[in-house]
Amino acid sequence: MVVNVGVAALMCLGGLFFLAGLVGLLRFPDVYARIHAVTKADTLGLGLVATGVALTQASPVVAVKVLLIWMLTALSSGAAGHLLCRAAYLEEVDNGRREAL
Amino acid sequence: MPEFAFGFAAFVLLTVATALVRVARGPTRADRMMAAQLFGTALSSVLLVLSWGLDRPELVDVALVFAALATVTMVAFVRRAWW
Repeated sequence: MVVNVGVAALMCLGGLFFLAGLVGLLRFPDVYARIHAVTKADTLGLGLVATGVALTQASPVVAVKVLLIWMLTALSSGAAGHLLCRAAYLEEVDNGRREAL
Repeated sequence: MPEFAFGFAAFVLLTVATALVRVARGPTRADRMMAAQLFGTALSSVLLVLSWGLDRPELVDVALVFAALATVTMVAFVRRAWW
């Protein structure tokens, strides 16, 4: 029972971080700030949810798999945010000539 | 606790639906692709919670596929279609 309350609290906290990422995506002034909001807030939200789900798993193998999903997302959203910011920046300053970076 | 899982899923799906506003308004391609990244993260968390609430362990594998596909989509878009 105590575990269930803790798991539900972790999931609600994760949902709040998704909401924070959404507010950032909708309200931040320029494209770099919006990319910054989504990459970090969403990854943290998924991390909290995945921790909650992993705590409920009976077998440790599945729990590790759930946490590995979060690790994959953490690594890939960092890389994706960098790729997108770089492409947006190159388009802005260089206008297609591919010389700025 | 299927009710809690369904409530969480409805909340996150509402979040994702609101993010479609950014897809529609843009203004840059990076904004639109960032909303796609949000979909991937949010929907894999929905699948994880549903696998717990409905007691369906196979949904964890579906969430893994979602996370992997979101990565591949973003890299393919930036490296092939855009820059």
